Amino acid sequence: MQSKDFDKTLDLNKVTPYGDTMNDGKVQLSFTLPVPAGAEATEAAKLLLKKMGLDNPQVVYFKELTPGYTFFNCYGNCTHSVDFSSIYVPKVESDVMDMHETDAYIKENIGRPLVVIGASTGTDAHTVGIDAIINMKGYAGHYGLERYEMVDAYNLGSQVLNEDFIAKALELKADALLVSQTVTQKDVHIKNLVELVELMEAEGLRDKVILVCGGPRITHELAKELGYDAGFGMNSYADDVASYIAQEFVRRNNSK
Amino acid sequence: MQSKLGLDFKRVEYARSLASSIASDVQGFADNYTTVAVERTICRLMGIDGVDENGIPLPNVVVDKLKRDGVLSDGALFFIANAMAQTSLLPQEIAEKTASGELDITKLAVADRETILATINPIVNNSIERIIQKRSRREEYIAKLGEGSKPYLYVIVATGNIYEDVVQAEAAARQGADIIAVIRTTGQSLLDYVPYGATTEGFGGTFATQENFRIMRSALDKVGEEQGRYIRLCNYCSGLCMPEIAVMGAFEGLDVMLNDALYGILFRDINMQRTLVDQFFSRVINGFAGVIINTGEDNYLTTADAYEEAHTVLASDFINEQLALLAGIPEEQMGLGHAFEMDPELENGFLYELAQAQMTREIFPKAPLKYMPPTKFMTGNIFRGHIQDALFNIAGIWTNQGIQLLGMPTEAIHTPFMSDRYLSIENARYIFSTMKNLGEEVEFKENGIIRNRAKNVLENAIATLERINKEGLFSALELGLFGDVKRPKNGGKGLDGVTAKGDNYINPFITKMKGDK
Repeated sequence: MQSKDFDKTLDLNKVTPYGDTMNDGKVQLSFTLPVPAGAEATEAAKLLLKKMGLDNPQVVYFKELTPGYTFFNCYGNCTHSVDFSSIYVPKVESDVMDMHETDAYIKENIGRPLVVIGASTGTDAHTVGIDAIINMKGYAGHYGLERYEMVDAYNLGSQVLNEDFIAKALELKADALLVSQTVTQKDVHIKNLVELVELMEAEGLRDKVILVCGGPRITHELAKELGYDAGFGMNSYADDVASYIAQEFVRRNNSK
Repeated sequence: MQSKLGLDFKRVEYARSLASSIASDVQGFADNYTTVAVERTICRLMGIDGVDENGIPLPNVVVDKLKRDGVLSDGALFFIANAMAQTSLLPQEIAEKTASGELDITKLAVADRETILATINPIVNNSIERIIQKRSRREEYIAKLGEGSKPYLYVIVATGNIYEDVVQAEAAARQGADIIAVIRTTGQSLLDYVPYGATTEGFGGTFATQENFRIMRSALDKVGEEQGRYIRLCNYCSGLCMPEIAVMGAFEGLDVMLNDALYGILFRDINMQRTLVDQFFSRVINGFAGVIINTGEDNYLTTADAYEEAHTVLASDFINEQLALLAGIPEEQMGLGHAFEMDPELENGFLYELAQAQMTREIFPKAPLKYMPPTKFMTGNIFRGHIQDALFNIAGIWTNQGIQLLGMPTEAIHTPFMSDRYLSIENARYIFSTMKNLGEEVEFKENGIIRNRAKNVLENAIATLERINKEGLFSALELGLFGDVKRPKNGGKGLDGVTAKGDNYINPFITKMKGDK
């Protein structure tokens, strides 16, 4: 397809990928097919691209990784489009404040430090997420909750059982609980997140705290679906979490 | 060796002497205790294997019984050998009859010590011989086939299904991998038993079982013969079953084992007394079996800052070296860990990484150092990730590392696809070839950034070692000196499996393994 063949005006009702010209639909992708390399394999890859809705399919590189498995780098022009103007994605509804603003907000509106505990629960051994939010140093220039004057933050680390997590929440009289889940193979995180909600409901605790989950595969929508108050995915930092918790705490107290 | 960094080797020797004092203090503690894992290992060394009708491993059946009866302190070998002397049954039969309840090994008459030792001696020698044979087999294979040059290319497979792992491992070997590590399923480190048989289900990894070891070893032998290169197999003896997994690996011809109590304490919250006792026996076995151990210092930099806390990695390497020496592990089998984990935004970050990699190389000249790729600052931007891994590979070949754990562009997204491994191996092979002898051509400027960095890290490591030597390792861990993680001496998992050795306690394997080399 030549560039002169398509309309170069951006239409938000019909958004398609951009390579170097509006509406060219350019997509790059790579995948492996469980077949030996050869003309048939390349043809198979192109047919697959067509079925994915990619016109002008090009295999720019292939390599047989081991006998019977061929890797492809491909390009194509996407024939589909989406209506960007009608998209609605539920988001955490709070204003993002930096550490000083959040501390000041808590001082003024709550008058005491909020107690926040966090853990990577279940069998998940990854602490990178919860550390990025809680530990003093934070991540990518965003200080962690431990550095907040008006947050008493406790990082329980990884592989914390849901039961132990709840026990600690009761002991510390936590205002908010943060659950981090990194391992998502076979949806193990869903099972674990749901179990925590069920245990908290059984203990009559669920409505007494702000319950938040986070991780690279977590969205706010998924979190709400699983019975959490909020979910934070990729590119979320302590600022996002702290300002949400502070504002949600105030919102709840005002509505009592 | 002429230092390219102008390191003061008198200071290095001083650091070593501090680490030696720290390690002997720990050893003094470990020598007086045993654990359920150590005793299960001894059961396995006496030939006990398999599971009971409920799927519980027979070594657990025997050791749990001793613990229940409050006689664990006398050790499994004493009771099994005594039962052999009294009943003429073999250890496996004794274990089976213990499981069925037909035999109560703690209620038998007690033979004298000479009789017990004489009864068990052929069994002990048989196990020792079995391990020697596996070790010789590896040596013969390497002599016959040859092996990849260092740094060895180390990749992981982690499908959860051992048979699928085989497909991935064969592909990696054909692409040039020298070491295949089968990542364990999430949570296995916290199981106080080793599952039995071939397994096809796991989360983020595959169960370490003796049968899985056998399946993968046999596949790697085949692909190694096809490729004309010995392919090493790596697994994990860390967690609550350190020595048990070590002995399974020794029986099945594994070549490399993650083996680090400090890692378990800090990152798996395993009780420090438990795991330091377990570690000693596991390292004696690994040393004897010719297995390269890998230590986990690189992980400190995933929780603590890689620039600020680099000296804790070096300090821990010094301690791990001394603990390994006490267990009879030669330097050539010490895959001491370190990592390339600095924030890519840090100006001159590569220079600091290079300084540390060269420093570690010069301080531990014979060790097949285990060099870990960037993980903390891998973002999902696979394109930049591939460049970060390329810089890591440059540092690896430049400073002649021993084992290069290849970073994957898809780190932080998923366990590697077959194609991810291919891209990473291609990346490393390209750089290792095009820069092969760079290190021999370059030394670093006096008073430059690189020399000063190495010197500072060494001095800070010495200060840390001085503090640990004063406090003791246990207190240092309580204070959070490594990885910013604090662990109480009596906290964590597995403490109830620790007991002081009693008067009847016998473990002849330690002397045989440490002495017969």
